[in-house]
Amino acid sequence: MSNDRLTNPELAACANPELAACEVHGMSRASFLLRGALAAGSVYGASAVSPFVSSALAQGGGGDAEILNFALTLEYLESDFYNVKGTQVGLSGQAKSYAKLFGEQESQHVEALTAAVKQLGGKPVAKPTFVFPADDEKSFLALASVLENTGVGAYNGASPSLKSKQVLAEAGEILQVEARHAAAINLLIGKSPTPNQGFDPPLTKTQVLATAGPLIK
Amino acid sequence: MSLDTQEEPVPQPAGIVERLVRDDLDRKRFLKVVGGAGAASFGAFVLAACGSSTTSSTATKAALASTKSTASDTGDVAILNYALTLEYLETQFYEKVIAAGLFSGKVGALVKDFGAQEASHVVAIKGAVVQLGGTPVAKPEGKFPITSASQVAQLAYTVENLGASAYLGQAANIQSPEVLASALAIHSVEARHASTFGTLVKKPVTPDGAFAKPADMSTVLAAVKPFIA
Repeated sequence: MSNDRLTNPELAACANPELAACEVHGMSRASFLLRGALAAGSVYGASAVSPFVSSALAQGGGGDAEILNFALTLEYLESDFYNVKGTQVGLSGQAKSYAKLFGEQESQHVEALTAAVKQLGGKPVAKPTFVFPADDEKSFLALASVLENTGVGAYNGASPSLKSKQVLAEAGEILQVEARHAAAINLLIGKSPTPNQGFDPPLTKTQVLATAGPLIK
Repeated sequence: MSLDTQEEPVPQPAGIVERLVRDDLDRKRFLKVVGGAGAASFGAFVLAACGSSTTSSTATKAALASTKSTASDTGDVAILNYALTLEYLETQFYEKVIAAGLFSGKVGALVKDFGAQEASHVVAIKGAVVQLGGTPVAKPEGKFPITSASQVAQLAYTVENLGASAYLGQAANIQSPEVLASALAIHSVEARHASTFGTLVKKPVTPDGAFAKPADMSTVLAAVKPFIA
């Protein structure tokens, strides 16, 4: 979400080639490694690397169950989008088959995350009611691209905060599938399958909610 | 996905990449590259880039001082060197594909994009290894069957799926949150590449279904062995 970098002063500062200007919040140890990645990114003009510093590492608090509940909300959203909205807007061809396949997979993610939250002793979040601004195939696919690409950033942002390595591995299995969906949908609508070039930046919860929030009633 | 999945024994990362390189490359060349000046100058560049922040450069120096002697073959450095080996191979693969001129138009542009992205992964990971006080693994010399466009696209699909599963297989082994964030950012891009080639060769974009399967280091290294000269 390149716009976030333009509007968020902190991220905008990090997009500056003066990499050392990026400060890390709440880190006892400076993020020297990421500075290396940033330096590398600047060589290639891949400024998308830079928000790592301020977003991936600043997502404290909550614990694994809370993080998974956030993911569960997003999976409910995606699942409803494909399985309900996808059958209402009159899809055809590749769009229709992707909606069916991806909808089934998002439903499996919902089930897995629900079980995982319970296993951690948490209470799975209730399924929200959604409203999707899409009324034909074109608007449906455009929104699908936004949702899937946001999903990738959401998982990339939240995963480093997971305490349990087991949960992290499982989140990774879902995350990779979201990235595959995102690329396939992007290709279908003539967008780059790699909109962030070599590095998919993490998104903060706030950034994800800016996109997903308006779709939740 | 299930939470009660049996924990598989994690292969000791120490030295696996090094062993692969020793097995498959000329030993002298390996030693020469490890001892070479390239890594040192890259490290200097990265340190210079960090220089204007007092806290970070102090932390960097401290981290380098404390890890320099031991970090090369274990933990995150070993994982990063393993990833670096894979990224080197992917970069060379795309270079050869582009040089062969098999693709044009939109697909040609995608191949060029993906090649540049793999090259950016090499630079980032190499920098990360140096910053952790390790020595970047020597660049392997790749060999790939570059025949027809359809066979190359099929091979790219295989290679990218392998790359994505390799990153996924290491996510839980990575200690540093910074390394993890970087690895995840690369992981999803490999998945995007794999998905793209899936659409091109009419294969599933999600070959493992709703949950991508990880691959461990020894499986991946065995799979890439035929692609190392």
